[in-house]
Amino acid sequence: MTDPLFAAMRQSVIDGDPDTVERLAQEALARGVDPLDAINLGFVPGIHFVGEQFGRGEMFLPDLVMGGEAMKIAVAILEPEMRRRGTARETLGVVVLGTVKGDIHEIGKTLVMTMLSASGFQVHDLGVDVAPERFVAKAREVNADLVGLSALLTTTMPGQRLVIEALDREGLRPRVKVMVGGAPVSHAWAETIGADGYGEDAAAAVTLARRLVGRPVA
Amino acid sequence: MKPHLDLLDADLVRRVLDEAFTILGGTGARVQSEAARTLLTSRGAPADGEVIRFPEALIREALATAPRSFALYDRAGHPAVRYGEGVVQFDPGSSCVHVLDPDTGQHRESRSADLVRLVQVAEQLPAYSAQSTAMVCADVPEGIGDLYRLFLVLWHSDRPVVTGAFTAASTGAMLDLLAAESGSREAMSSRPRAIFDVCPSPPLHWSDFAADSLLLLAAARVPAEIVSVPLAGATAPVTLAGAVVQHAAEVLVGITIHQLAGPGAPLVWGGAPAIFDMRTGGAPMGAIETAMLDAACAQVGKSLGLPTHGYLCGGDAKLVDAQAGMETAFAALVGVLSGIDMISGAGMLDFLACHSVEKLVLDAEAIEMAKRFGRGIEPVGDSLAADLFSRIGLSGEFLKLKETRARFRDEQYLPGPVIDRGSLRHWEEGGREDAFARARRRVAELVAAYRRPDLGAERERALLEVVRREAARVGLTSLPGI
Repeated sequence: MTDPLFAAMRQSVIDGDPDTVERLAQEALARGVDPLDAINLGFVPGIHFVGEQFGRGEMFLPDLVMGGEAMKIAVAILEPEMRRRGTARETLGVVVLGTVKGDIHEIGKTLVMTMLSASGFQVHDLGVDVAPERFVAKAREVNADLVGLSALLTTTMPGQRLVIEALDREGLRPRVKVMVGGAPVSHAWAETIGADGYGEDAAAAVTLARRLVGRPVA
Repeated sequence: MKPHLDLLDADLVRRVLDEAFTILGGTGARVQSEAARTLLTSRGAPADGEVIRFPEALIREALATAPRSFALYDRAGHPAVRYGEGVVQFDPGSSCVHVLDPDTGQHRESRSADLVRLVQVAEQLPAYSAQSTAMVCADVPEGIGDLYRLFLVLWHSDRPVVTGAFTAASTGAMLDLLAAESGSREAMSSRPRAIFDVCPSPPLHWSDFAADSLLLLAAARVPAEIVSVPLAGATAPVTLAGAVVQHAAEVLVGITIHQLAGPGAPLVWGGAPAIFDMRTGGAPMGAIETAMLDAACAQVGKSLGLPTHGYLCGGDAKLVDAQAGMETAFAALVGVLSGIDMISGAGMLDFLACHSVEKLVLDAEAIEMAKRFGRGIEPVGDSLAADLFSRIGLSGEFLKLKETRARFRDEQYLPGPVIDRGSLRHWEEGGREDAFARARRRVAELVAAYRRPDLGAERERALLEVVRREAARVGLTSLPGI
């Protein structure tokens, strides 16, 4: 009887319906469903679907954002039980993500977070207006594989370079890879500042992240 | 409120009709068809040779029996096009003789394969509620050209069709074909699939062919779209108001002939008016004044309570370029705001001589945008914005609101892939395509995705029987395009 539950979980993420997501996650706990299965077989296929449809232009930013919010709710409910059982989601890698200091633009970064989470990365979102030292501290704390830096303005773009320099100074690189994105950012800019890669959009960020952690898309 | 455009004030509409009645009662109109003249004179219209003078009471009588609304039906029998119900609908332009070859950029003669390609693409574009017999096919003998292109459209489409005949004789054969398609004469009349454009010749001349076609259509009770084509400055008064009067008079003659022959038979107050270009002698279909004429002529028809038609979104550019886009965009917006029931012309270039399937795809976007404009700005929910702010404060998290997700598709028209709203980089990496290049790709995708509707063996047999009969008459042995 778990299959219909998983199907409903998938649909609840596609619908971006937080109430249903919450109810289904609680139901999984009550029934003793492995929380890892609930995430990987139930909710994740939903956000995968949304991401894929978004990439094709069949679904839209509100779908992606609400799907991402739904995923967060599911994981928040299921995580305590996972910890209790001593299980953890297998991740492709750990990512620390944020918009650089002086820049309060959130949407692009949030989309990248949603897509990376959906693809199996463990993502720590530092939010917006993040100082270089916070990136460094978080990367060290969570033993990050990747740091993602967003900047929407030509005036805040140089902030990406400051984070890279800070990571260099603290000796975290080259183990920690840095990917950059944002409207004014380009491959050329990424090269100039010594980043490990640049992604044009959220889907490109996933491809890039997988390549940087040595798990490229087959 | 829905935005609406009225170019004429109520007094001017009255003056237009008053003068139209004055012209028809005094100068009269030339009616070449003897059958139509006999009908008119038997009802008291004085004749002087071919010139008939129309008493206002006779015209009023015809107007009284003309239906206020009717529908065209798709193959499944659903009313897919509604005339006279306030819905603005579009169909591709009709009767071009050239196509813009997307590979060579040349205007070359149109052939069956070109018409089929256009039908396949239009079939998948929701902007077009109806198909049209869009092209004259050079690989089909002239004697059955009109019938054959209708056959090709019926063969490849489920949608209603805006069509027209080249001769009165072929109107009869085309009605045979439509009866075969519908299963019977009764079904053809009760659930008509097609409407026939019938054009008087300006000024105020109803040819044998045009008037006889009206009689046939009225008898068969198959819808007629009376498309008057005054050229302001050459075959009609140069003032737009004067040309609108002539248009009204020409259509009123058609309505009178049609309704006297078949009271209550469905008809449309149509038009393809244009100004006359004083530099080139052309009839610029993309001129803003042409759009104004369409709007004004339709307004007069609506004042009489009749379903309306106009000819917009075709233009005079030779390529699918900035001029072509400008011509369609102006016209689509004017057409939608004027509330014209059916607007023909999309896809056309070069004064309607040339079709471009790629332009048809781009025009569909302008049409959808104009339709969006036509829906206006309406309040949604009890609170416009205050309620949202009370919930999310200054966080700016509108993308996370379920209202955003639920409403954006209604609030925004989401354009297809031919409209570029991506980043510069995306565009550069995608090969720096212009709108025409994107439209070419889109056409190729649509042609590849097209699946011919299932007509059923019985219907196919019935259609082929009529077509083979007519083909044999003109010595056509193979049937191109099927």
